[in-house]
Amino acid sequence: MSTAGAVAALLRKDLRLELRTRESVPAMLLFSVSTFVIFRFGLDRETLAGDLAAGVLWVTLLFAAVLGINRLFVAEREEGGFDAFLLAPVDRTAMLWAKALLLFAFLTAVELAAVPVYSVLLLGPSPFQALPGLAGLLVLANAGIAVVGTLVAALAIQTRARDLIVPLLALPLLLPIVIAGAQATAPLFAPAGAEPLPGRWLTVLGLYDVIFGLVAFAVFDFLLED
Amino acid sequence: MYGRGLRFLSIASFVALTVAFALVFFYAPNDADQGFVYKIFFLHVPLALVALGGFVAGGIYGIKHLRSGRREDDMKSYVAIHLSIILGLATLATGMIWAKASWGHWWVWDEPTLVAFLIVFLLYSCYQPLRFAIEDPERQARYAAVFAVIAGAFVPICFMSVRFAQASVTHPRVLDSSGSLPGSMQLTLLVSLGAMVLLFMTLWKYELTSKHAKAQLRTLKRRLALGA
Amino acid sequence: MTEAAPAIALDGLERRYGERAALAGVSLELPAGATLAVFGANGAGKTTLLRILATLLRPHAGHARVLGGSLPRDGWKVRGRIGLLAHDPLLYRELSPRENLRFHARLHGVPTARIETLLELVGLAGRGDDPVRTLSRGLAQRVAICRAVLHEPDLLLLDEPYANLDPAAVEAVSPLVGRASGCTRVIISHDIEAGLGEADLVLGLRDGRQVLRQVRSAIDTATVRELYG
Repeated sequence: MSTAGAVAALLRKDLRLELRTRESVPAMLLFSVSTFVIFRFGLDRETLAGDLAAGVLWVTLLFAAVLGINRLFVAEREEGGFDAFLLAPVDRTAMLWAKALLLFAFLTAVELAAVPVYSVLLLGPSPFQALPGLAGLLVLANAGIAVVGTLVAALAIQTRARDLIVPLLALPLLLPIVIAGAQATAPLFAPAGAEPLPGRWLTVLGLYDVIFGLVAFAVFDFLLED
Repeated sequence: MYGRGLRFLSIASFVALTVAFALVFFYAPNDADQGFVYKIFFLHVPLALVALGGFVAGGIYGIKHLRSGRREDDMKSYVAIHLSIILGLATLATGMIWAKASWGHWWVWDEPTLVAFLIVFLLYSCYQPLRFAIEDPERQARYAAVFAVIAGAFVPICFMSVRFAQASVTHPRVLDSSGSLPGSMQLTLLVSLGAMVLLFMTLWKYELTSKHAKAQLRTLKRRLALGA
Repeated sequence: MTEAAPAIALDGLERRYGERAALAGVSLELPAGATLAVFGANGAGKTTLLRILATLLRPHAGHARVLGGSLPRDGWKVRGRIGLLAHDPLLYRELSPRENLRFHARLHGVPTARIETLLELVGLAGRGDDPVRTLSRGLAQRVAICRAVLHEPDLLLLDEPYANLDPAAVEAVSPLVGRASGCTRVIISHDIEAGLGEADLVLGLRDGRQVLRQVRSAIDTATVRELYG
């Protein structure tokens, strides 16, 4: 079976599982909305703009992503999915791409709902001007989170304290994404109207994606073999 | 096998450290702005550089372990990272003392190198919990090596991102009126750096020897038990 | 009669778990089409052996040749010709038997037509769309057997294949995993009589060490029973 075919088979299976159990995406979305409410009270502000607005959004997305990362390999671990995959005559890296694509899909789905909710609940300035820039940033960021998240999930799933290891590892590793995302989004949420997006943060995100994509490709096999 | 050269290294580090201390206290001039306290710079910078070097070395030995599967490479990676974590803690501590002395605050956020170092330190602090959470020794070594590689790739990205986020670089610099490091300070810094490297190598070798001896002892005990 | 290479050839196979030896020096040869029965108390190393043969674990020492491939180097080559029936059914509980089998068929690059035939054979065509978690252990075991043979493997590795199966089910699956399948087989069984009934070659393990290796005809149940003493 070709790698692309295996990735497709894994992805279909995981999407079907998610649609049936609805475990990850609704939880991530609900968590995001709750976090918005918590920020409203924690910061004692009813509207946010500029870098504060950017920060709250990206921090919330980061924590929602950690939830998704935690669940990524649970079905494999508990229902023997690793063995089933390892027995198939396919490249082990197919699992990396399939899970990364899955996490990317989850993040995109959550953001499609969470960003509008955020605009309604907390965002002061109108979001429409910010949207193209924000969408581009989110795509790049989701790719980075997807790859690094899959790596961390695969590392953590075989350990005893999975729920603890995932956030401990993921938060520092994903910090550059939050830095880049927040710094780049802050001008987009400027109270007087969206200012242009600083291009160098796109470069930072792109570089992050490429470097960790390569690292993931190089080391993922070692996490699955025995 | 491991112990050879340990005595030489220990003596060399001791000598180098003594020389470095002497230079710091008696040779390097006091800084124009910061007075005597700035001299913690001669401890802080070598600590930071050697810690980062240790993390990179840990990553390299991690790659070697993944390719060869040998326990020795994993042990070297583990010791390098483990020592660097301790040095990292010392870096943060001396950095905070320096910040307090220079700016009056224990921590300053507009100090990208220190901030990036904190993030890197937070990441590497997960190394040992990760190892201890995996029971199978082979898998533990393999996963630790993967972590060392990922974390090693992370270090430059982290420093870059944090630096970009800072509008201006305001790491307390030790400069004279012409804007560069005076010769006497350069010498002292180099000697201190050299001493720190020697110290790291000595501790590294020492810990490796000790671990190796313990492993051999365990193997012998097991063989004795089986034989009896 | 031509001398074909043995389906399995092990020489001094070892696998450690930390300081402990899970397997310490297993050597045997199993001709193609023959059946090996593995006996031993819990923790003797039977599952470890099976997982090494399935290419899921790497040997730490010794040599292993399975279906002409040397492990672990050629594991990727021979993997597709091996079918494993493990203690775990390896099925996603929220998916139906059909969905599970379709997933495995796609991973193995096998056409999905065979799925219906197999489900009919084990009597699960009617429940093929119910989530696996609604099936009893015996029914799940039947689906697991379908999964193991879906890609028409040459070597079957069976860990207690008839556990949880009623006599009718045992009959239904015997063309798939029994002698009639024509496959080379390695069976782990705690039922000594049943295991001996299927075996051509018998392997006994104790604490990872090989303490017994004989052709079936040279063994009686009493010898095997001593392994558990």
